[in-house]
Amino acid sequence: MTVELARLKQDNRRFRVRFRLPSFGLQRFPAAVAAAAGFLALMAICAVFADMLAPYSYEEQSLLGRLQPPFWLGGSGGYLLGSDELGRDVFSRTLFAIRTSMAVALLGTVIGALFGTFLGFLAARFRGWVEDLVMMLVDCQAAMPFLIIALAVLAFMGNNLVLFIALMGIYGWEKYARVARGLVLSAQEQGYALAVHSLGSGGFRLYFKHILPNVLSPLIVLLTLNIPDTILMETTLSFLGFGIQPPRTSLGLTLGMGRDYLLTAWWIAVVPGVVIFLTTLSISLVGDWLRDRFDPTLQ
Amino acid sequence: MNFGFVLMKTLRAVVTVWLVLTFVFIVLRLSGDPASRLLPDDIDPQTVAYYRAEWGLDRPLWEQYAAYFTSAAEGSFGISFRDRRPALEVILERVPATLELGLLSFAFAIVVGIPLGVVAALKRNTVFDRLAMSFAVLGYAMPYFFMGVLLILLFSLQLRWLPSSGSSTWWHLIMPVLTLGTTPAAMFARFTRSSVLEVMNKPFIRTARAKGALPWREIVFHALPNAAIPVVTVMGLRLGELIGGAVVTETVFAWPGMGRLLVGAVANRDLAVVQGIVVLIAISMVTVNLLIDLAYGWLDPRIRTARQEGRAEGRA
Repeated sequence: MTVELARLKQDNRRFRVRFRLPSFGLQRFPAAVAAAAGFLALMAICAVFADMLAPYSYEEQSLLGRLQPPFWLGGSGGYLLGSDELGRDVFSRTLFAIRTSMAVALLGTVIGALFGTFLGFLAARFRGWVEDLVMMLVDCQAAMPFLIIALAVLAFMGNNLVLFIALMGIYGWEKYARVARGLVLSAQEQGYALAVHSLGSGGFRLYFKHILPNVLSPLIVLLTLNIPDTILMETTLSFLGFGIQPPRTSLGLTLGMGRDYLLTAWWIAVVPGVVIFLTTLSISLVGDWLRDRFDPTLQ
Repeated sequence: MNFGFVLMKTLRAVVTVWLVLTFVFIVLRLSGDPASRLLPDDIDPQTVAYYRAEWGLDRPLWEQYAAYFTSAAEGSFGISFRDRRPALEVILERVPATLELGLLSFAFAIVVGIPLGVVAALKRNTVFDRLAMSFAVLGYAMPYFFMGVLLILLFSLQLRWLPSSGSSTWWHLIMPVLTLGTTPAAMFARFTRSSVLEVMNKPFIRTARAKGALPWREIVFHALPNAAIPVVTVMGLRLGELIGGAVVTETVFAWPGMGRLLVGAVANRDLAVVQGIVVLIAISMVTVNLLIDLAYGWLDPRIRTARQEGRAEGRA
């Protein structure tokens, strides 16, 4: 009787658990993270639909409408966030700059993640001198400030967009290599990997069809946490004048150029600066939240 | 401290410097004739011939590689075409200004960040903790260049309190130090907080408390030395970021240091100077990290043995 009752209770509990409404973790979704995610969604919309949203073209100049303040400071000429030294609309330029900066940052981060993860897999798979070589490169990369390396390469090789994106792709690869290597080293000792291995599938199939999906989530979290760093690197190089070149725009480039007009037209520099700051802040908030929630290994 | 540990660490440092030098060698050879890249265009043929011989440009590539290392060891990186002097001389003049800015910013970060982290940990989940951690998150997301621009806008252009560029008085230091020091301060606050929180739960703190140690004694003598270890590691690891930040900060505030020299040299393609700075930074980064590693293996035997075990397991 008591046994029966206990089982009933247990069933009841199981029933309740199984049929609880899916909450998607919303009850643990803090307001700050929600706001950050909202801002990022807005940035994504700006980047994708820049040409539809922008009231002006990003290179449309108007000599009569130069250095107009934003509308709340009494600016005329219909410039929402004011205009720059050539009479170009700051709002439209910012939209296009968001597109460039986001594209370069995302592309760079993904290239770096693929490259680093691949090397990490190689190191864990082959051990021996391959591992020593990869780890030596990782140490070397970590020992040298990337900004200095990037400046040196751009000085020696000259600036062009492909080289710049390639540089952004190299940035941060060592983090993925290090983490991927550690994850694969422990994963390949686990039961499922040993089982797959003993069934006769080694190499490619084992590593990419079985181990990769199992180690993917910490790597994705790492990727999210690295995007702000890539954005900052891109905007820093562009700010110094060695990244994206005019007539293209990037958030860092407009900020750097606006620096000369701080006294007369602060909005040229401050608008892209605020966008960069809020974007990196939002991504770190969301990334930290993702890490705490989905990756027990990093806690 | 055992000899093998020191030897291993030193060896790795040497290998890193060697790799950076090799990297510069390759990039330089890929970009064209080194003599024409590293010497001014209109310099007299004798000097060009002298450097060609010193760098061995007429000999096979592997001999060039060897000659490159000997000349780098002698500090011969070429001639800056802007100053018409050896690149090393031009660079070394700028080192004191960078050191002044860097050390003061680092000191600022420690003085602000560490107490903030300690107090946040002790007053966990209070308003103070929330404020300190908000500062940490905001400070970390703030790019150096935007921070610099905002400070100039506020203190130089609006309030007219501080000069926006130059380096002649102490007033000139305030904004660059704030710019360069805020991000590391935020980072230190965050790491100190989590480190202190972890240590405060350890049995030895309970023992100290049970033995009647005063609260401040408990914190200063028992908790902080133990909480310091991870924070010191982070300081070493983030040194590279400080150097990158210094490049930006010096550019924003026209601070006459090595970073601004580098930016100017890249813009003018003064490659001899760029090469010299890269090598110098590599050597100093590697040296500092080596010293931290050694100091720390010496301070905390647990870490040393843990590392050796880690190495035996293939650094797992």
